[in-house]
Amino acid sequence: MIELNYFLLLSGILFSIGVTGVLIRRNAIIIFMSIELMLNSINLSLVAFSSFLGNITGQIFVFFVMTVAAAEAAVGLAIVISLYRNKETVNIDEINILKR
Amino acid sequence: MQLKQTLDSLNNFLPETTIIITLLVCIIADIILNKKSPITSLIAIAGLLIASYFVSLQIGIKTSIFSGMIVVDPYSVFFKFLFILSTIFVIIFAYASKEMKNSGHKNEHVYLMLSLTLGAFLMSSSINFLMMYLSLELVSLSSYILAGYTKKVKRSSEAAMKYVIYGAASSGIMIYAMSLLYGFTGSMNIFEIGRFLTSNSAGSNPIMIISIVMITAGFGYKISSVPFHFWTPDVYEGSPIPITAFLAVTSSASGFAVLIRFFSTTFLKSYEAINGNWQIIDGVKWTEILIVISVASMIIGNFVAIWQTSLKRLLAYSSIAQTGYILLGLVVANQAGLQAMFVYLIAYLFMNLGAFYATIMISNKLNSDNMEDMKGLGYRSPFVCVSMTIFMFALSGIPATAGFVGKFYLFSALIEQRMLWLALIGLLNSVVSLFFYVKVVKYMFLMRPDTGSTSKIQYGFGNYVVLLLLAVPTIFFGIYFTPLLRIAEASISMFGIK
Repeated sequence: MIELNYFLLLSGILFSIGVTGVLIRRNAIIIFMSIELMLNSINLSLVAFSSFLGNITGQIFVFFVMTVAAAEAAVGLAIVISLYRNKETVNIDEINILKR
Repeated sequence: MQLKQTLDSLNNFLPETTIIITLLVCIIADIILNKKSPITSLIAIAGLLIASYFVSLQIGIKTSIFSGMIVVDPYSVFFKFLFILSTIFVIIFAYASKEMKNSGHKNEHVYLMLSLTLGAFLMSSSINFLMMYLSLELVSLSSYILAGYTKKVKRSSEAAMKYVIYGAASSGIMIYAMSLLYGFTGSMNIFEIGRFLTSNSAGSNPIMIISIVMITAGFGYKISSVPFHFWTPDVYEGSPIPITAFLAVTSSASGFAVLIRFFSTTFLKSYEAINGNWQIIDGVKWTEILIVISVASMIIGNFVAIWQTSLKRLLAYSSIAQTGYILLGLVVANQAGLQAMFVYLIAYLFMNLGAFYATIMISNKLNSDNMEDMKGLGYRSPFVCVSMTIFMFALSGIPATAGFVGKFYLFSALIEQRMLWLALIGLLNSVVSLFFYVKVVKYMFLMRPDTGSTSKIQYGFGNYVVLLLLAVPTIFFGIYFTPLLRIAEASISMFGIK
């Protein structure tokens, strides 16, 4: 039996990598990948807690998080495509018509 | 047993069911008609009116349905009426807007708006993390698509892009905190979390402060409060104006609905409010966090708005500032503050939608929302500009408008709780906000147009009626505000709190 802490540590590390990716990467597709990484690290921590507590709710939440992640990726990629058609770039530094 | 409970719950789920059916009917009608026509909008409005009838049947009921996932209580009924009203207005706005007409779409916005309203309904009534997350995502996903609705327009798809990145990242941060709270307390139900924290006196555990800050990121992005406001100006400027109005009112009110319920019921040690004050679990510091967020929102919103030249962007910063004012009602943590927030939210609905509708009417004719182009507009279309002046004065909180009543009750709730300094900050911010709200009026009435035509601009009769429907309540509720107070007083009762 692996201790709960290891799972939480791994989940924390993955989450931090995801957040860092969102903050520093400039390619929209890679930002979406980082967001997926964040969501999957959350799934890991939910499953770990669920099995530690002997409570099924956490695992059910994971299913919903996966579903929503898929929906979000669908909408997000559709928006990336519509942006690419307009501007021919997915680099978010070049997406700057609107004032900052 | 389980089946019977579910069937019984369906009786209290009729408004949502009505909206789902309306949504499907709208899609089918759109396929059959296969052209741009007002019929889809009319079906949606009829569906919303039927839903409002079912909501009115829920007045006075206080029960939890679907195994403690969502509740029906006066609090959620208030928000449902608010959402229905604003959605009806926005569907009319979208019909009147030239931007939406030239978008190359048929009536897709109608069912996206309905699905957003459905999400907002569920947000106002969820008491479980799972339901809170799912409904928040339903609202978010619909609004991402709506923000990029005019897909040929560069700035619209850019706005949608920024929105989806900020939204996905903030909701990710929020559910990470939810998973931590779940692991810590062993439950997703906000009442059981409160019970666990009270019985183990675990309120001052460091994990609580981390979770609260991270959950505020998710909800704070929805209500566009500082420091989660970065998407707001860009998305508000880039999206078509009816969508901006929708995001500013329905989407942000739904954020308030879930935020207020989360903070005011999760961290209570006793579910009985003593003298109207909530009994917060010792060591849980959510009011302090919200004070910081609220003051920062007011200051940044108001001060940055001063330098804006685009009317839409000005309204975006103004709604960041308004978020700050509304949050002031929550930090006092009592029933009076909640009542003041409700009064303000009703006033906010009318004055903000009104300001956006006037902007739609102006930009339909001028093809611009830049204030430089509005010089001397007051002489060319007096009616619209006078209404705009009313909305601007209401937003800044000048007496005899609904905005004043809202601010008055917010500040008096603060003063009663001896938070004089906070009321003072709010008051000074109102003075600052007066500067840029009056600037709009100055451009319209005190400046002469540089070039171009000076002829009168004609609008359709329907446009004037809709504008009056928004302007009259803004003034009326500012003079005769007893009904506002009655509604707010009847609505503050939440499920589980006595």
